Amino acid sequence: MYEITEKPIVAGELSELVRSDSDGAVVTFAGVVRGFSKGKKVHYLEYEAYKEMAEKKMAEIGAEIKERWGIDRLSIQHRVGHLNIGETAVVIAVASPHRKQAFEACQYAIDRIKQVVPIWKKEVWEDGEVWVGREGA
Amino acid sequence: MIIRLRLFAIYREKVGRSELDMAVPEGTSAGGVLEKLVSDYPSLSALRDVTMFAIDEEFVPADTKLKDGQQLALVPPVSGG
Repeated sequence: MYEITEKPIVAGELSELVRSDSDGAVVTFAGVVRGFSKGKKVHYLEYEAYKEMAEKKMAEIGAEIKERWGIDRLSIQHRVGHLNIGETAVVIAVASPHRKQAFEACQYAIDRIKQVVPIWKKEVWEDGEVWVGREGA
Repeated sequence: MIIRLRLFAIYREKVGRSELDMAVPEGTSAGGVLEKLVSDYPSLSALRDVTMFAIDEEFVPADTKLKDGQQLALVPPVSGG
């Protein structure tokens, strides 16, 4: 399952979804909203996505993982909208017979999400805001 | 011809809308559409060199020529996760 959603996401639900009886490992990654960014106190984050394309790109990441590690039990959910400190922005769950492949595939998935999936986050502080990724622009 | 621009994040905020129909000459490229938008909204010029383009939900090079009725998304640097 590859989904952009406005609803809160729960890591445990996704790991249960991907697990099968042939799996000895389920690796779950949760990206959560941090209260500080480069020394500034973050008030909240605003996430936005090009939903149709983002879901397609996440599915492509899944296909890359299948090609490289032979893993096809993988799900990614990314939340959009207003997120407070401590809330979960993204969850990746990967299940495989052995842990090494699951760890590697999970790390690969989050790295690729940050490169190619059209999702943007705005940091809002007490005294300003910025779309992350264009500070130098 | 008419193309539909999809605007996200910083683009959506600076232009003030998430979609925009734009009339451009036949043969206009994705990069050419961005140039036209930047001439209307000079505050976007800093984004020119870091923007990627997507037609019908696929990334394409800046010199890709558009066809009438196509959807072009301007993709500023992504920051998911």
